[in-house]
Amino acid sequence: MTTRYVLVLAGILTLIGLATFIYKWQVLGLPLDASQDTPIWTVETTIRFDSGPGSISVNLQIPTLTPGFATLDEYSVSRNYAFGLNYVGADREAQWTVRRADGVQTLYYRIVVYEDQASDQADLTPPLPIPPVIDEPFRTAVDMVVADVSDHSADAASFTSVLVRMFDDPSPNPNVELLLAEADSRADFVQTLTTVLASARIPARVIHGIPLQEQQRQEAPVPWLEIHDGDRWRFFNPSTGDETLPERFLIWWRGSEPLVSVEGGSNVEVHFAVQRNYIDSIAIAGHRAELKQSRLIDFSLFSLPIETQSVYSVLLMIPIGAFIMVLMRNVVGVDAFGTFMPVLIALAFRETRLLWGVILFSVLVALGLSIRFLLERLRLLLVPRLSAVLIVVVLLMLVISIVSHQLGMETGLSVALFPMVIIAMTIERMSVVWEERGPADAMRAGAGSMVVAIVAYLVMGLPWLEHLIITFPELLLIVLAAVLLLGRYTGYRLSELTRFKAIIDK
Amino acid sequence: MMLRNRKLLREAGVLGLNERNSEFIMRLNPRRFYPRVDDKVLTKKLAIDAGMPVPELYGVIGHQSEVRRFSDIVGDRESFVVKPARGSGGDGISVIVGRSKRKRDSFRFASGLLVSGAEIEYHISNIVGGQYSLDGNPDTALIEYCVHFDPLFADVSYQGVPDIRVIVYRGYPVMSMVRLPTRASDGKANLHQGAVGAGIDLSTGRTLRGVLGNDVIDEHPDTGALISGLYIPKWDFILQSSARSSEVTGLGYVGVDMVIDRDLGPLILEMNARPGLNIQIANGCGLAHRVRRIDEIFDATADPATRARISRQEFPAERQGTLALSD
Repeated sequence: MTTRYVLVLAGILTLIGLATFIYKWQVLGLPLDASQDTPIWTVETTIRFDSGPGSISVNLQIPTLTPGFATLDEYSVSRNYAFGLNYVGADREAQWTVRRADGVQTLYYRIVVYEDQASDQADLTPPLPIPPVIDEPFRTAVDMVVADVSDHSADAASFTSVLVRMFDDPSPNPNVELLLAEADSRADFVQTLTTVLASARIPARVIHGIPLQEQQRQEAPVPWLEIHDGDRWRFFNPSTGDETLPERFLIWWRGSEPLVSVEGGSNVEVHFAVQRNYIDSIAIAGHRAELKQSRLIDFSLFSLPIETQSVYSVLLMIPIGAFIMVLMRNVVGVDAFGTFMPVLIALAFRETRLLWGVILFSVLVALGLSIRFLLERLRLLLVPRLSAVLIVVVLLMLVISIVSHQLGMETGLSVALFPMVIIAMTIERMSVVWEERGPADAMRAGAGSMVVAIVAYLVMGLPWLEHLIITFPELLLIVLAAVLLLGRYTGYRLSELTRFKAIIDK
Repeated sequence: MMLRNRKLLREAGVLGLNERNSEFIMRLNPRRFYPRVDDKVLTKKLAIDAGMPVPELYGVIGHQSEVRRFSDIVGDRESFVVKPARGSGGDGISVIVGRSKRKRDSFRFASGLLVSGAEIEYHISNIVGGQYSLDGNPDTALIEYCVHFDPLFADVSYQGVPDIRVIVYRGYPVMSMVRLPTRASDGKANLHQGAVGAGIDLSTGRTLRGVLGNDVIDEHPDTGALISGLYIPKWDFILQSSARSSEVTGLGYVGVDMVIDRDLGPLILEMNARPGLNIQIANGCGLAHRVRRIDEIFDATADPATRARISRQEFPAERQGTLALSD
């Protein structure tokens, strides 16, 4: 009966822990790996122009909907200019204005993005385009091209592919040649494609984007073709007709608007510069949670002040130590002093490092024990005797620190945080066991404590585990569930398999 | 190897610590009854009320200021035992078997070592200070009658007093052993201090094989005498007194420790709510099968004498199967 309650409780705890963990990992993107840094991309647009005599107004198309990317930050650097954002339909424009300016002007717009597959475009389905009004002789050319392509295609996507290939033919048919006669740039080329697509009643538009590479300077964005197949937007390479999008393609703006328009200025130059940096994935996750309005991250460890965080980074590992203790006691069956003393010793090892910690602990306990046996002869009452041992331990630590410092061993100094009370208690318990049950038992329990402490230290010090627990404290619920289950473990301890051997051996 | 051992132990019905703790102690021994067995003063009082035989209590020292009452309590007595009321595993027990002929103030341990009254007072002071108590809290020291043990065990014990442990499950004795002091155990009858344990056939009261530590032995390590084949006197009385422990303590799983006094017969020394598991090694038999049998035949209305009789019928040594009798 009790076992069933424990099972249910452990199940619930595991479920809650796992669910929270998976949500934070998969949805908020908290990293499983400590070293996992997310690349972020800073794209900087520089607009340079000669100012005219009057007031100046600069409009720059800036990213709005960016499939595959999420915006971490954006800002402009522009002395003396008033800066604002205009929303034009689903698009945005940055606008700088100033009443007067002299000489060459430079404006910067910077956006910081990170890759986020979840950030899909939320663009609405566009209305079916009205067939554009086109003058002759282009009208006929378009109609013929549309008729020709329709014969070779089945749907919007294949229509687009065939059309693009027809346009890309190095020796195009006369109709295409006519249509492309006035297309000077790639952008015009893609614009012409959209016109033909609109005549075929396929919603299409030019998108301008920047393929993010490690470090680059670029004069102009790359135009790309986007069509809507009635269901979703699809991307086509205007040079090949393949349905694809360049790797890490940050869509800057959509449509035929110019990237930048400057009123009251001349000799406009625009540059893009891309820079990749790495930042802690946790910061990204925090930002993502903000976007999703998830409160979960507000209640995480990372919202605490840094000093408190560092305390918890130690505290949160104690349950792991306790779990090790349960395993060693109830499953393996190791003899040890006290319930959690080995875990506390393991914590002390964090300050001193393992080897030095073990040496220090052994030396202190050995010295303390001999002092304790001396004190035994003085017939002191229990509490004064314990206090005397404690004082001696502190003095011993001081001596060890000074001696090791003199010898040039700096580790000796980290002793300061070694839990002397724990050592004093160990000495007391060990000496009682020593007297009552003999040195063998005392040594065995002492060695057992040390083994448990070392195992606990090693496990608690695993960097990936530490990272997991600190990032996902809810995993401790699973540890709790495991401890509850072990609390109902009625099987043999490993040590009992040999202890009771005499019963099964004839 | 490990897995095979595990399977064989299961088949032999051997009880492990985890199972003992969760299935027996936690299920059958309500926490509130623990003081009845953990506090030897209280145990003694309950046992006397129930008409169970116990060693006479000379006096109790519950406070540091009373320590000097020690000599008044002891008076002219030649032998006595000093023990903590809430000690565990026999720790802190001093057995004084006599006095020095020249100095009345000098006491002799079972080992022959002479100690002064002041040293005993220091020991009592340590007991009162809580050095041997289960939780480290201040404790009470008992000074009581020192058992003169039955010559029956003279050959198979080295100093000290052998005691008989009976495991009582829901009022039914299920397993028993005698614990024989050795030189290594310093005259104490505690297995983990180096005493020899020997299983006892519940139906006849005859000793079976011995165990030292976790190893099976046939002869006492100090005296060399054969351990098996001794008949415990007044066996029926011992089992009946043990069976009564469940009514007295309210515990469903209890170890009753008795000694046989040369003059007074079996006396209850103490009871234990967490009896150890080495008794299984001493009997070459696991507890689980016997316990299951008791669950089958359990009768809440049976009186202690009936329960003791049923146990004698149910658990003869021959049924244990894996037993290695040396005769």
